Amino acid sequence: MRLKGLTLGLAAAVAATGITAPAVQAEETQFFPFFTYRTGPYAPNGIPSANGMVDYMNYVNLKWAGVGGVKLVWEECETGYNTKKGVECYERTKGKGTTVVFPYSTGITYKLIPNAARDKISILTVGYGRTDASDGRVFPWTFTTPTTYWSQASAFIKYIGAQEGGMDKLKGKKIALIYHNSAYGKEPIRTLNLLERKFGYKLTTLAVNHPGQEQKATWLQIRRDRPDWILLWGWGVMNQVSIKEATNIGFKMDRMIGVWWSGAEQDVVPTGDAAKGYKAGTFHAAGRDFPLFKDIKKVVYDAGKGLPGGEKFIGQVLWNRGVVNSIFATEAMATAQKQYGVKRVNGDQMRWGLENLHITAERWAELGLKGFMQPIKNTCADHEGNGPVLIQQWDGKKWNIVSDFITPMREVVRPLIEKSAAAYAKKQGITPRTCS
Amino acid sequence: MFYREAGQFYTTYAKDQGIFQLKQDKYGLWGLLFFAFLVVPIGLYLLVQGGVMAGTTKDYLYNSILLLLLVNCMAAMGLNILTGYCGQISLGTAAFMGVGAFTAYKFSTGMNYRVQKEDNAGELVSTLVPILPQIDNPIALILLAGAVTAIVGVLFGLPSLRIKGFYLAVATLAAQFFLVWCFSRVEWLYDYTSSSTIQIPLLKVLSFIETGTITFGMPDGSTKAVSVSGFLVAGSETLKVPDGAKTIVSASGFILTDFSKALSSPDASRAVTGETFRIYPVPETKYIFSLAIVVVFAFIMKNLVRGRIGRAWMAIRDMDIAAQLIGIRPLATKLLAFAVSSFFCGVAGAMLLIFYLGALEGAEAFNINESFSILFMVIIGGLGSITGSFLGAAFITLTPIILINVQPAISDVFQDKALVEHIQFMVFGALIILFLIMEPLGLSRLWQIAKEKLRQWPFPY
Repeated sequence: MRLKGLTLGLAAAVAATGITAPAVQAEETQFFPFFTYRTGPYAPNGIPSANGMVDYMNYVNLKWAGVGGVKLVWEECETGYNTKKGVECYERTKGKGTTVVFPYSTGITYKLIPNAARDKISILTVGYGRTDASDGRVFPWTFTTPTTYWSQASAFIKYIGAQEGGMDKLKGKKIALIYHNSAYGKEPIRTLNLLERKFGYKLTTLAVNHPGQEQKATWLQIRRDRPDWILLWGWGVMNQVSIKEATNIGFKMDRMIGVWWSGAEQDVVPTGDAAKGYKAGTFHAAGRDFPLFKDIKKVVYDAGKGLPGGEKFIGQVLWNRGVVNSIFATEAMATAQKQYGVKRVNGDQMRWGLENLHITAERWAELGLKGFMQPIKNTCADHEGNGPVLIQQWDGKKWNIVSDFITPMREVVRPLIEKSAAAYAKKQGITPRTCS
Repeated sequence: MFYREAGQFYTTYAKDQGIFQLKQDKYGLWGLLFFAFLVVPIGLYLLVQGGVMAGTTKDYLYNSILLLLLVNCMAAMGLNILTGYCGQISLGTAAFMGVGAFTAYKFSTGMNYRVQKEDNAGELVSTLVPILPQIDNPIALILLAGAVTAIVGVLFGLPSLRIKGFYLAVATLAAQFFLVWCFSRVEWLYDYTSSSTIQIPLLKVLSFIETGTITFGMPDGSTKAVSVSGFLVAGSETLKVPDGAKTIVSASGFILTDFSKALSSPDASRAVTGETFRIYPVPETKYIFSLAIVVVFAFIMKNLVRGRIGRAWMAIRDMDIAAQLIGIRPLATKLLAFAVSSFFCGVAGAMLLIFYLGALEGAEAFNINESFSILFMVIIGGLGSITGSFLGAAFITLTPIILINVQPAISDVFQDKALVEHIQFMVFGALIILFLIMEPLGLSRLWQIAKEKLRQWPFPY
């Protein structure tokens, strides 16, 4: 249990031996803060993501009266994708009984990681954040479920290899990475460099500064270099500009692959038909043809209880991902409830729930999402859950899955994660826990 | 009536040259310092102990309001020296803060550089080699940060001898872009991490003082104490749980503790061996530290600007040719202003990293928007005024936070989250315009007018 003692020269303070969870709120609710951004250059992507998270929690309340009889309550806090505002959000909502946060920004994640253990608040970063935090021995409170940027980068190379007709054909091929010049955009570089040495392709990295409207120089260089493949690691308005520029120079769109944050309707629609053929990574299926999504429409929106103007987002890529985010949270909460026999779970219990999160294929079907995602299983050492990656393609109207589930090159990525986490542990004086 | 010099006589020259001519001002300042140093931390502590305020509310006040406010005050003072007193417009404040933050980081981690070698299997193996001992004293780090930033500031101040006004603003803009480019591209600065983020390691002061004790219960009923020494300021420290300990009997002192790995796991009844726990700094330590730094530098600044140097700065600001004619060297004076201003900004940047953020990403934390917001603080607070730096920083820092906290009330009316956020932007913008129309010389001028009115009250003539 967390013990907190202060004297400040006045009084010697408290002690406790057992569990002393402060009962901040009524017994029957579980609080979740949502760090969202509905304004600023990242709003086009922020809005559907936020709606997905909120809509699913809303649905769980309306349909099942919460998780295990505990009503879910939440509060949105606008971060504008800005770290300082994110810190303010975190501190402000902390006292309301937060057990897990979803920063929805790699920058905010980096800032919050050192606080997590102190505050007993888990950090769940679904498909973003700090990749080496997948090593649960060094980062017990951080979860990168279901998969990470490094895994995705390796899956992309695997996919490109397959498209070229074999991994040996990668030799001499030119791959350009256009990335958001931030912690987020830089994540895949290390993995891509390592694989460059292994497979002999030639990698060019091109940075685009926040917020990403200005890319003329980048595309001039692309025109000069004529890469065989382009990987796009953007977010917000940067994606729209990149995709538009690619069509402007007549780049073959089916040879341009976006990270899963560069593959939403909002990114391709502004470019119109020219974006046809553009591909992007993802870790879940696209579209709204799943029983759960139909039910969310019925239970939440048809009953007039949804977010204003939110219905049009149902089934969009980022909305679906927001739902995945909330499913992980509620499933972890249910796991913790079962383990500890409690209703409202505290920070420690939520962490245990996330670490032992296991969503089987049957459970996905039960949730009304058969075939939507691969099974997820976290362990003490592996907080990534080893989710495979899919490639989806834009046909001018909607996203279609065009690949099988691609298993990342775990034999390459995992040692990299462990090495990087060990270096962090050494620098910060952390003794990694043992997972046996 | 109460705010008047009547009856206050100075019998020595030293007294006549005191910073505050009025006893009321002097006592007012002492009262303010007393309030900030003692009443705030003790009061908040008592409120929490008394159950009036939640512990997390107190953390919120410190971690996201007071600490940020102090950092911004420091940066605004720095820019005010340059722009307010010496008349040189600068748009590179955030970049100079960044130099301070990265200097503090590099010194705190021992100025690592990387050695890359290929091992037998042909894999690249990189190791970080420190060239200096790590500095874990925040005061030393902050002073080093200031010194290095002062040098960088002087370099970028050189063009100010030839160019003036808006053109100089553009030159400092170059500093902003160049330095931020460095923060995200020069790998050495961020120790070659894949994401270009930096995280401050454990910093501690007064290591010889015992500041806390944690008592563990042993299986045979006896107790064993682990003592904590020094005041933690940043990062966290790992300590060992005594072998065989079963429970925690008590913990006290200036620390926050985390036993998550040791004694709180589901099978807490077992005796542990070789386990560790971590301790964290309390927000109070950070607050007192930052406050002390800001007060010391405000004192230094006050004395600088009312002496020969400050008068030279102001002469250059008001008319540089006239200043030259009366014997002020523009070169030395302008560069000194750049050096001192950058020193302050560097200190602010180091404070931002050490006390407020802990971990940051250079290109994001020190982008151009930060430079603008500090410039706004100085303009709204009042150019050429120390009080103005504080008032401006408080206005720009606190207004959005206050607006956020009244937001739930508006949300209920509008439902649409984005609209509420936009309303907040509009209100903030409108307030800025309103204040500038009411008083173009800034909040400090308002404060001055209020004081003048008070002197005449209740018999205005």
